[in-house]
Amino acid sequence: MERKAIIQIEGIEKKYVLGGEIEVLALRGADVTIREGEYVAIMGPSGSGKSTMLNILGCLDRPTAGRYYLGGDDVSKMPDDELSEVRGKRIGFIFQSYNLIAQLTVIENIQVPLFYQGKDLAETYDRCVELASLVGLSERLEHRPNQLSGGQQQRVAIARSLVNDPLMILADEPTGNLDSATGLEVLDMIDRLNADGKTIVLVTHDDYVAERAHRVLHMKDGLIDREVVNRPETN
Amino acid sequence: MAMRASQLVSTIKLGIKSLLLHKLRSGLTMLGIIFGVCSVIAMLAIGEGASYEAQEAIKNLGSNNIIIRSLKPPEDTKEAGGTRGRELNYGLTYDDGARIYSTIPGVHRVLPMRIIRENVRFNENYLPCQIIGTTPIYPEIAGVDVVRGRFICDTDELHQQNVCAITTGLANRLFPYQDPLTQAVKVDGVYYRVVGLVQEQSTTDQRSQAGEMEGEPLDNNIYIPMSTSRSRIGELILKRVTSGFGVEAERVELHQITVQMKDTEAVEIADAQIKTLLNRFHDQNDYEIIVPLQLLRQAEQTKRIFNIVLGSIAAISLLVGGIGIMNIMLATVTERTREIGVRRALGAKKRDITTQFLVETVVLSIGGGLVGVLVGVATPFIVSNLTDMITIVTFWSVFLAFGISGAIGIAFGIYPASAAAKLDPIEALRHE
Repeated sequence: MERKAIIQIEGIEKKYVLGGEIEVLALRGADVTIREGEYVAIMGPSGSGKSTMLNILGCLDRPTAGRYYLGGDDVSKMPDDELSEVRGKRIGFIFQSYNLIAQLTVIENIQVPLFYQGKDLAETYDRCVELASLVGLSERLEHRPNQLSGGQQQRVAIARSLVNDPLMILADEPTGNLDSATGLEVLDMIDRLNADGKTIVLVTHDDYVAERAHRVLHMKDGLIDREVVNRPETN
Repeated sequence: MAMRASQLVSTIKLGIKSLLLHKLRSGLTMLGIIFGVCSVIAMLAIGEGASYEAQEAIKNLGSNNIIIRSLKPPEDTKEAGGTRGRELNYGLTYDDGARIYSTIPGVHRVLPMRIIRENVRFNENYLPCQIIGTTPIYPEIAGVDVVRGRFICDTDELHQQNVCAITTGLANRLFPYQDPLTQAVKVDGVYYRVVGLVQEQSTTDQRSQAGEMEGEPLDNNIYIPMSTSRSRIGELILKRVTSGFGVEAERVELHQITVQMKDTEAVEIADAQIKTLLNRFHDQNDYEIIVPLQLLRQAEQTKRIFNIVLGSIAAISLLVGGIGIMNIMLATVTERTREIGVRRALGAKKRDITTQFLVETVVLSIGGGLVGVLVGVATPFIVSNLTDMITIVTFWSVFLAFGISGAIGIAFGIYPASAAAKLDPIEALRHE
C-alpha cells in the first residue's frame, strides 16, 4: 500500500559562499522521498552534506535550487516568518545536546512550541502533562533542566517535539551525548513513537542507531549515495 | 498577527525569570536606572521646594497689587552739612495717593500706610515696634487675619480714636498674663485701647527674605487709624543722631501706598503710568515701585531654568544607566545565543525574539524605575526631615522619571533585541 509522501525533495542544491569568493556546493541535486509513518536514518561522513540536508529538512535553511515539499506545500522558497511557522507546526526537533531552555521548568519547556503558535497555554496544559507522563517525567514537572540527568533532559525534548503534533520528528544524533544504556532507552522511546505512527527522520553516524530505521540513506559528496532497507514497514 | 495579551504576559513572566537567573547582574544593571530616576525626582523636588518659599512670599504681596514705597534719597543729592538742623523732606504724599486713585485706569483701591518705629509700653514691658497708621481696608489688601476682636474701623478713622489692633506676637510679649482686649498700650505718651488681634500671614523666613532689618522684632506691629497717626504723631519725625549735633528731622507723609488693581492685566499697564505720574511731582528719586506680579514671573523663570539644569544632570545619569542596560543586554544576547537558536527552531519568528529581549530590557528598566521612584520619593522626605529645606515631590516629576526609565528601556533595548533576532538559527544552534 502506497502511503502519502510527507517529504518530497527534488534535485535539491545548496551553495555556500565562503569568504566572498570560494563557492562550496554542499548539496548537488539530492532527491529524497519520505512517506508517512516511515523511520528513516541519514548517515554519512562529515562533509557529505548530512548537516546541510538536516538544516533544509528542518526548514532552518532554504535550498539554493530544487524543490522541497513538506506535507504537500513547497517550503523551498518560503519567507522567514512562514518558515518559522512551518517549523513550529509541522516539525518536532530532538537535538544531540537536548537544548532545553535553562530558565524554564520541564512543563514550560514542553509548552514552548505552543507558545509561539499563540495557543492558550492553560487550555493545552493537560496535554503537556500527558506528554510528560508519556516520557516518564510526570513527577518532575516543576524541575529545571539542571536538576535533571541527560536522559531525562532528552526525554523532555522528546515530549517537546511531540507537543505540536508534527508531521515528522527530526532527530539529530539524539543519543550522541548519552551513555549507551540511556541511549537505548531514548531509542526505544523513538521506536515506540514510530510504532504509534509518527514519521521519524534521524541523523546519525552510529550504525547501531541507524539499524533501527526502516531505511538508511547514506550520503556522500552532497548526494544520496546509496539506500539500505533494513526492514519493511511493519505498520 | 498581533501578539495577544496572554502571550505578552507570558513574555513578561519569562523576562522576569531570565533576569532572576542572574540576580546580581540584573540588580547591578538596575542600579543605574534606580539612581537616575531617584536623582530626577529628588532634584526636582528640592528645586521645587526652594522656589516655593520665594514664590509664596511674593504671592502674599498680592498679584493684583502694586506697592510703592518711600525711599530716603541718596546722600549726594543733599547739600553737604545743609541738613543739620533742617528737616529732610521726601517720600510719598497724601496727594500721590489721591492722584493715583483718580487718574490711573483700572485702580480698585488705594491703601496708604504710615510706618513709624517707636517703642511701646505696657507696665514694665517695653518693646520696640512699628506703629502703622492705615485705613480699615488694610486686612483685605495686605492679607492679615483678624483673630480676635476687630480691626480699626471707619468710625475710628473719622473720630481719630485712640484705638489699635496689634499682632498676636506682640500681644503675647506685651500681655503675658492679661487679656489684651481689656488693655491699652502706651506709645510716646499716648494710650491706645486694644480692640483686636491680627495674625500676620507671612512667616519669619519670608520676612528675612524680604530684606527686613536684622534683629528687629518681626511681627511687633500696632495698627492705628490713619487720622490718629497724623494727629498724634504728625509728619515730622525726629531722630537722635549718634554723631554730631542733636537730632535729624525727617518729614514723610506716607511710607507706603499699596495700589490694588482690578485685575492682573491692569497691573501691567499701570506700572509705567504710575511711574510717569509720580515723576511729575517728585524731582528726587525718593520712591520705589514693586510689582509682585513681575517678581513672581521672574521667580517662575528662575525656577524653570533651575529645573532644566537639575533635570539635565539627572537625565545624564539616566542615560548612563541606559547605556549600562544596553551593554548587559548585548552580553546576554551573546550568552544566550543557543537559546535563541532553539526558540527559532521551535517556531519563534524574528519578531518574537525581538519582543522577548525588548520586554526583558523594559522589565529591567521599569523595575529600576519603580525602585527609583520609591527611593526618589523617600529621599526628599528624608532631606526635609534632616534639614529645614522644603521639598515638594510633584506628581509630574514622578511620572516623568518613570516614563523616561521606560523609554530608556525601549531605546536601549531595541539594538540588542534586533541583534538577537538577526542571528542565523543554524549558527545559533551550533553556538557553544
